[in-house]
Amino acid sequence: MFSYTIRRIGLLIPVLLGMTFIVFMMIRAIPGNPAQLILGQQASKEAIETLTKQLGLDQPWYSQFVHYLTGLFQGDLGTSLKTRTPISDELWPYLAATIELSLVAILIAVVVGVNAGIISAWFQNSWFDYAVMLIALIGVSMPIFWLGLMEQYFVSIKWDLLPTTGRDNIRMPVEAITHLYLLDTLLEGRFDQFIEVVKHLILPGIALGTIPMAIIARMTRSSMLEVMRSDYIRTAKAKGLKMFWVVYKHSLKNAMIPVITVIGLQTGLLLGGAILTETIFGWPGVGTYIYEAIQSRDYPVIQSGILVVATLFVLINLFVDILYAAIDPRIKY
Amino acid sequence: MKRSILTALALILVLSLGLAGCKSSSESTGGKGSSGGDGGGVMIYGRGGDAVGLDPAHETDGESFIVTEQVMETLTGYKKENTDVVPELAKSWKISDDGKTYTFTLEKGVKFHDGTDFNADAVVKNFDRWMNGDAAKFPYYASMFGGYKNDPGHVIKEVKAVDENTVKFTLKRPQAPFLKNLAMSPFAISSPAAIDQYGDKYGEHPVGTGPFKFKEWKRGDTISVVKNEKYWQKGLPKLDGVTFKVIKDNSSRLNALTKGEVDLIDGVNPSDLDKIKSDKNLQIFERPSMNVAYFGFNVEKAPFNKKEVRQAISHLVNKDELIKNFYNGTAEPAATPLPSSIAGQNKDIQDYGYDEAKAKELLKKAGYPNGFKMDLWAMPVSRPYMPNGQKIAEAIQANLAKVGIKANIVTFEWGTYLEKLRKGESPAFLIGWTGDNGDADNFLYALLDKDTIDSNNYARYKSEPVHKLLIEAQSTADEGKREELYKKAQEIIHEDAPWVPLVHAKPQLAGVNSIKDFYPHPKGSQSFIDVSMK
Repeated sequence: MFSYTIRRIGLLIPVLLGMTFIVFMMIRAIPGNPAQLILGQQASKEAIETLTKQLGLDQPWYSQFVHYLTGLFQGDLGTSLKTRTPISDELWPYLAATIELSLVAILIAVVVGVNAGIISAWFQNSWFDYAVMLIALIGVSMPIFWLGLMEQYFVSIKWDLLPTTGRDNIRMPVEAITHLYLLDTLLEGRFDQFIEVVKHLILPGIALGTIPMAIIARMTRSSMLEVMRSDYIRTAKAKGLKMFWVVYKHSLKNAMIPVITVIGLQTGLLLGGAILTETIFGWPGVGTYIYEAIQSRDYPVIQSGILVVATLFVLINLFVDILYAAIDPRIKY
Repeated sequence: MKRSILTALALILVLSLGLAGCKSSSESTGGKGSSGGDGGGVMIYGRGGDAVGLDPAHETDGESFIVTEQVMETLTGYKKENTDVVPELAKSWKISDDGKTYTFTLEKGVKFHDGTDFNADAVVKNFDRWMNGDAAKFPYYASMFGGYKNDPGHVIKEVKAVDENTVKFTLKRPQAPFLKNLAMSPFAISSPAAIDQYGDKYGEHPVGTGPFKFKEWKRGDTISVVKNEKYWQKGLPKLDGVTFKVIKDNSSRLNALTKGEVDLIDGVNPSDLDKIKSDKNLQIFERPSMNVAYFGFNVEKAPFNKKEVRQAISHLVNKDELIKNFYNGTAEPAATPLPSSIAGQNKDIQDYGYDEAKAKELLKKAGYPNGFKMDLWAMPVSRPYMPNGQKIAEAIQANLAKVGIKANIVTFEWGTYLEKLRKGESPAFLIGWTGDNGDADNFLYALLDKDTIDSNNYARYKSEPVHKLLIEAQSTADEGKREELYKKAQEIIHEDAPWVPLVHAKPQLAGVNSIKDFYPHPKGSQSFIDVSMK
């Protein structure tokens, strides 16, 4: 187990290196000069040339790549071309905002999705089953943009239940310590703010969680159906065990392996793929950060931003793999 | 058995949803307008993007300037509604007869937020810092003052502190828009002590003399400034502070305003105006235009090297339709490159007007009775002056087709687009311009003089008479005389038709009703010094 973990972590290095190289080449293949985009439409030719030189963009790509890698190995993620701020200073608040939102979204998705899937499987072909599967189908194909705006219109404006945008109430802003606001408000002992932060998380959490929720529900259902047809479940039923225990204890454990894989993959996807939700809900997350960097061709931010998100993605999947063994003793590494 | 469990589960689901709703509603303490005191409170300003940096001399974007304008002030300023120059940190000034020496008398007793005195030395230090920089550090400085210290084009010969409150600028040659240049946001005066203290990080800790002090910046999210209690103008500012909040999506930003989470927003979709008008808690603010959107021709390329062809196309663009369909009425048709907020606009120019028959006649005269094929370049991005380049191109394409001109719409990535325009690769293109210093020179010379070919004169328009007028206007100090010169230049430009000026767009803002004394400035950002919320 331990040696397996070490081996997997060791494998990460070539994977991330390869990815860094691909991203590096890809963003340089898109047309557009960062210096022009930073200086704007009014900029003179001389200004653009001077800036291009200062940013080192007149160097050949391989020396730029070596320069970037050397920095990386020294723990330097580079400096944003646009804001001229070290990325390591800039990145964390954005990443924290995304992590907080993604965790809430995946929590909603898992709690609702897994239970809906289980109950659907339990009462296969009942109206509940059909309803859940229909909702799941709608959920997978739901345009997030539309869903987010509808949530705002009904829940926030019409029914006045929850705030429309942002991470906190701007009229009583949260003092950032770790930039994970749920944690920060608790550390400061501000429960009123904690509740505000929770309220701000619900709508974007649902918007972001809808697609994973639908995927998890469908996965859980099919996996449960398979398990529930197996012999040991029939035995459990035959010995007169209550159906609830048969489903939630005996079947679920075996049905969970593929579901956990999906949960892991979806969590990873949320980290980088929350751009739409972030845009609608005024959420200062890492998706927007990288997206804007792409628009302004802020090469170091794109490279390091994707690198960090990819690292998290791979680590989550590693964690999931290790989790298998904990859930299912038949799996040994 | 099976059914009853199912029903129970469904019931629990419904109940828990209902409860969740009730719980939140009892907790949601009305967020609407928490302003208290006399005209005070903190105003929340919702906008589409974050500042890039807060050292204005370093930046070129409006989202940075609107923050720095609260914190810092310039020597001269602009009037509230147009770009006429008024005193700001400089109380008064004298201009020598040859137009080469400007002597400013500064306000006394003004202090920077860090306690440093504002005086002639501080002004000198700021200018020294800029003129010793380069294009990457202080891009606007070179554009407005002709270069840096040792460049031949640099206009400023010397900046000298005469005494504590008098500073003298000596120029190498007269520069008519000099006072307007000084009023631009990038040339706001910073505390020299703070610049020394923070060095490269000054852009995260701006210190000026302005009505508000910088407090905090959460990147990508909010920037807050708070009232400067020791502000030198008595009784100002009225607000306790301003917080700038980024909400990228226009519809969400309006939702946040409707809900009362923010007090003022920019970037209102023209299509949302009716909704705002019908909400009795909200009001609309219109920013006077300081921009122009235009359809330019490369006058070096056939068939656009023929004046008649350009004039014919000028008769084929229906500006009123464009304004109705793509700006929802929030723009003025443009007859000349200059918007009305800028002194020198020639109001006597009669626009070409939509007229197919005349267009056909002109085309015949030019030798293209059956039209021709052309490429029409459309902007790939949305700008305040042109919300949707593609759609506008399609509308123009449809009109051109009526006389047999087949336009093929072409586009590129934005940076590439600008680069190709500058190199003169495009035959005909949609583009626009937002003014910098509010002077006619910044439109006509920057966009249509023979000197600016290969720079912003994308039409590559070359007219000796226009050049003579523009150069004369640059070195004339008398504003009345300058306006006459610009009016003459506009007549020639109108006749030569290197562009079809399309519209001057008026960006829309919306705010809660309690906002008083807010005047959006044509240049795109303004201080909130007089604004109150009651």
